[in-house]
Amino acid sequence: MTEKGLSRRRFTQSLGIVVASFALAPRAAFNQAPGTLPFSLRNNRRLEGWIRLEPDETVTIFTGKAELGQGILTALAQIAAEELDVGLEKIRIVGADTSRGPDEQYTFGSQSVEQSGSAIRAASAEVRGILLAAAARRFGVRPEDLQIRVGIIASLDGKRATFWEVASADPSLLTGDIAAAAAPKKPSDYSFVGKSVNRIDLPGKLTGAPSYVQDMRLPGMIFARVVRPPRYGAKLVSLDETAVRSLPGVVAVVRDGNFLAVAAKREEQAIAARNALASAVHWSDDAVPLPDIADLRGELQRLRAETIVVGASGQSEPAPDQAKRVSAEYGRSYLSHGSIGPSCAVAWLKDGRMTVWSHTQGAFPLRGDLAKVLGMPNAQVDVVHMPGAGCYGHNGADDVALDAALVARAVTGAPVKLQWMRDDEFAWAPFGPGMAMRVEAALASDGKIVDWSYDVWSNSHAMRPGQAGGVNLLAAWDLSTPFAKSPAPHIPQPFGDGDRNAVPPYELPRKEIRNHLLLDAPVRNGSFRTLGSHGNIFAIESFMDELADVAGSDPLAFRLAHLRDPRARAVLQAAADKAGWTPGKKGDGRLGRGIAYCRYKSIGMYAAVMVDVEVDRKTGAVKVPRVVMAADIGRVVNPDGAKNQLEGGIVQAVSLTLMEQVAFDRREITSRDWSGYPILRFPEVPSIEIILMDRNDPSLGAGEGSLPPTSAALANAFAHATGRRMRALPMTPKRVKASLS
Amino acid sequence: MAYRITVNGESHAVTAAPETPLLYVLRNDLELNGPKFGCGLGQCGACAAIVGGKLTRTCLITLEDVGDDKITTLEGLGTLQKPHPLQRSFIDEQAAQCGYCSNGMIMAAKVLLDRNPNPSDEEIKNALEDQLCRCGVHNRVVRAVRRAAELAK
Repeated sequence: MTEKGLSRRRFTQSLGIVVASFALAPRAAFNQAPGTLPFSLRNNRRLEGWIRLEPDETVTIFTGKAELGQGILTALAQIAAEELDVGLEKIRIVGADTSRGPDEQYTFGSQSVEQSGSAIRAASAEVRGILLAAAARRFGVRPEDLQIRVGIIASLDGKRATFWEVASADPSLLTGDIAAAAAPKKPSDYSFVGKSVNRIDLPGKLTGAPSYVQDMRLPGMIFARVVRPPRYGAKLVSLDETAVRSLPGVVAVVRDGNFLAVAAKREEQAIAARNALASAVHWSDDAVPLPDIADLRGELQRLRAETIVVGASGQSEPAPDQAKRVSAEYGRSYLSHGSIGPSCAVAWLKDGRMTVWSHTQGAFPLRGDLAKVLGMPNAQVDVVHMPGAGCYGHNGADDVALDAALVARAVTGAPVKLQWMRDDEFAWAPFGPGMAMRVEAALASDGKIVDWSYDVWSNSHAMRPGQAGGVNLLAAWDLSTPFAKSPAPHIPQPFGDGDRNAVPPYELPRKEIRNHLLLDAPVRNGSFRTLGSHGNIFAIESFMDELADVAGSDPLAFRLAHLRDPRARAVLQAAADKAGWTPGKKGDGRLGRGIAYCRYKSIGMYAAVMVDVEVDRKTGAVKVPRVVMAADIGRVVNPDGAKNQLEGGIVQAVSLTLMEQVAFDRREITSRDWSGYPILRFPEVPSIEIILMDRNDPSLGAGEGSLPPTSAALANAFAHATGRRMRALPMTPKRVKASLS
Repeated sequence: MAYRITVNGESHAVTAAPETPLLYVLRNDLELNGPKFGCGLGQCGACAAIVGGKLTRTCLITLEDVGDDKITTLEGLGTLQKPHPLQRSFIDEQAAQCGYCSNGMIMAAKVLLDRNPNPSDEEIKNALEDQLCRCGVHNRVVRAVRRAAELAK
C-alpha cells in the first residue's frame, strides 16, 4: 500500500487500532501445547504471537478475534492494559489476520472475552513477569523489591527503566513459548477492567476516518459487482456479453459456470454494467421448491430429518398418569441479518499471493475454504479482517470474499473491491433458519411440572466456511467445476445448533428433548445471533407462562418454583423488583407485562427480562414502551460496553418478534429490500433499563444473551394483555388481528 | 462530463457521467468515507449528506442534479481532533456499535438541530425515523442528539 492509497499509518492513527497490513511475511510461529492452558493459547503458544513491545513505546496486542461493532478490541485492550500495567493509550490492537495473528477460529458465540481475554491476560502477565525479572537482574535487586507503574519499573533505591528500555536490551526476551506460569492480577486489584471505557475505534468511525473494508482504496483498484440468478437452482443458459464489454469503463466480465461478475474502472460503471449484464443473461427456469410460508411449521416437520435426543432424564420411570397434560406448538420464520452495509471485500492477486480483506467472523477458516476453491496452498492466501457493518452472524461476508477473489484472479495484478448490492444480500446471504417447536408437559396437582417432552425442527444454524466435507461459500457451488456444500456439523450440547437452549433450565424430574436436524435445506441456512436459542427460548418461556396459567400460578413464582440455581433466581428477582412486578395482576385487553428467563447456551450469561406491551386492537399494532433486564455476565470488563450489547440485543429481539420474516413464494425470495424486510424504527424502540449484577465470577460473554428472552417476554406480555397467545413469530398486525377476532 | 461541486467548503473538479449518483463521487473521487452505501434505494439513510441545506440521499441524487448546491458531509462537521458537538456527543454517549449507520444519524440530527435547536425526544425520534439502525443503539442516539443540543446552548 503506497502513495495514493490509504497508508497503514493513517489507519492506525485514526482508529487507535492497527487494522490493515499489506506486506508482512507469513509466520508460522504457533506450536501445540498441553490442555491446561487457556483455550486460545493451546494452538498459539508463542508469546511474540500475542504481544510485541514497539520502538515507539507502544504495545501491540494480536488477537484472533474480530471487531464486529461489539467493541471487543476495546475490551481486550482493557485486559491487556490491566495485566501489563500500561496506560490504555499505549495499547494498539490488531484483529484477526492470517498473516500475523493467532488463530482463534471464529468470533462467535459470545466467547471472545472468555477465550481471547483469557489468553491475552495470561500472555500479558507473562510479559510483565519477564520484564520484572530482567529489570531485577539489571538493577541487581530481587523482583519483589520492584514496583511497576504505567510501564515503568522502579526499584526501592530509585533505579528506573521503562518496559521498552528493559526489553530493548535483549531482542529475544519476549519470545518463546508461553509458560503461563505467571499469576495474573487478583480482580480486587483491577484498575482498568470493570470500568466503562469509551470504544477506541468510535472517534474515527464517527468523523469519517477510513475504518471499514468499504473505505479501502488501493492503487489501481477496480470495482466489481456480481449478477446472481433470480432464484436458488437457476442455471446460466446463455449470455451475450458483447454489449456489456463495450460499456464505459468495463474491464472484465467474469463467468465460470453459473457465477457471473463484472469489473469496471469506476464503481458506478460496475453497477451500470451489472444491470446491463442482468438483462443480457438468460437463466433456466429451474427452481428449488420452497416451503409454503403460510404453513411453515408444518412444512418444516415434513422435511427429511435426523433425530437426536439431546437431553433426557428420568426416562426409566413411567410417565406420571395422574397429572394434567398440556401441549403447544410454536414457530419462528426465517430471519435476515439485515446488515446496514451490504457485504464487501477487497481482493488482490499479486506475485502469486492472494490477499483478501474481509469483515468475516473467521479469517482462518475462510482462508482455508478460499484456498480450496482457488486451488492454492493455504500459505499463499491471506485473509485480513477489516470492519464492515454489523453482521449479527453469518451474513454475506465470506461469500463476497470469494466473489472478489474470483474476479481478482481474472484480472491479475489489480486490487478488486466488490460490494454486494442490497438485493444480493437480502436474497443470497444465509438466513437464520425457520424453526418449529413442540412442547408437552404434565402438571401435578401441586402445580409442579413432572414431565416434559420437547421437539425442535430446523436446518443447521452452522454452515460457515472451514467445515469438513465441502466448501461453504456461495460462488463455489456455482462454478463450472462446483464444490459440494459441507454437511451440517453435529454440535453437542450445551452449545448446540438448532437445539441451542432446547434443554430447559428448570428442575424437571422427567424430560426428553429431541432435535430434528433437517437434512434438506430449501432456503439457504446459516448462523443468526443466538442460533436456535431464540426459537427455543421463545417456545419454552411462552410455554412456562401457559403452564403457569393452567396451574393458576403467577409466572414469576412458577419459574422460581422450578429453579434452583441462585444466579438464575437472582436475575429474575432483580428484574421483577426493578420493573415493579405485581403478582396476579391482570391485563386489561390493551396493556400487559411479560417475563422470561434464559441462561444463554445453558452455561453462559443469565438474563431475566420484563417487557411491557400496548396493543392496538383495531390496527393489530403492538408497541413496546418499556423493557427491564437484569443480566449476570460474571465479572464485567466494560460495563457500558456490555450494556450497549445487551440493549442492542433487546432492540433486535423486539424487531424480530414484531415484524421480521424473510418472504418467499414457492420459487424465490421476494423480500429483497427494506420495504420487503422492515425492521424496528426510532419511534417504535422501547425505553430500556439494564441491571448488571455485581459478580466476581469468571466473565461470561454479553453479545447475544439478551435477545432470546426478550422475544419470549414480549409474547408473554401480549398474552397477558389480551388473553390470546401468539405462537408463531413474527407477531405482525395481520396475525395479531386474526388472533383477537 | 466535467463538473464543479462544492463539498465541505472546497470547490472540486470532477469528471464523471451526469447520471452518476453523488455517493460514488464523494467516496471515490473525493475519498470521503462518511457517506456509506447501504441500499442504493433511498431506504436506509446510510449515504446521507446535506445538499443545499437539505438532508439528501446521495445514492439517489445524480451529479448533474447537484448543480450549484453546496454539499456538506460528515467530514465537513468536525475532525478527529476537533469534533462537532454532535460527533462529540455520539462519542460521549457511545451511541454506536458498528458505526455504519452513524453518518446518516449525525447528518439527519444536524439538519434537525439547524431547524429546531431544542427538540423533544419525540421530535428527535421522528426526525430520525427514516434512518435505519440494526445494532439497536437508537436510545443512545436520541440521548446523543439531546446532549448535542445542550452543548450548543
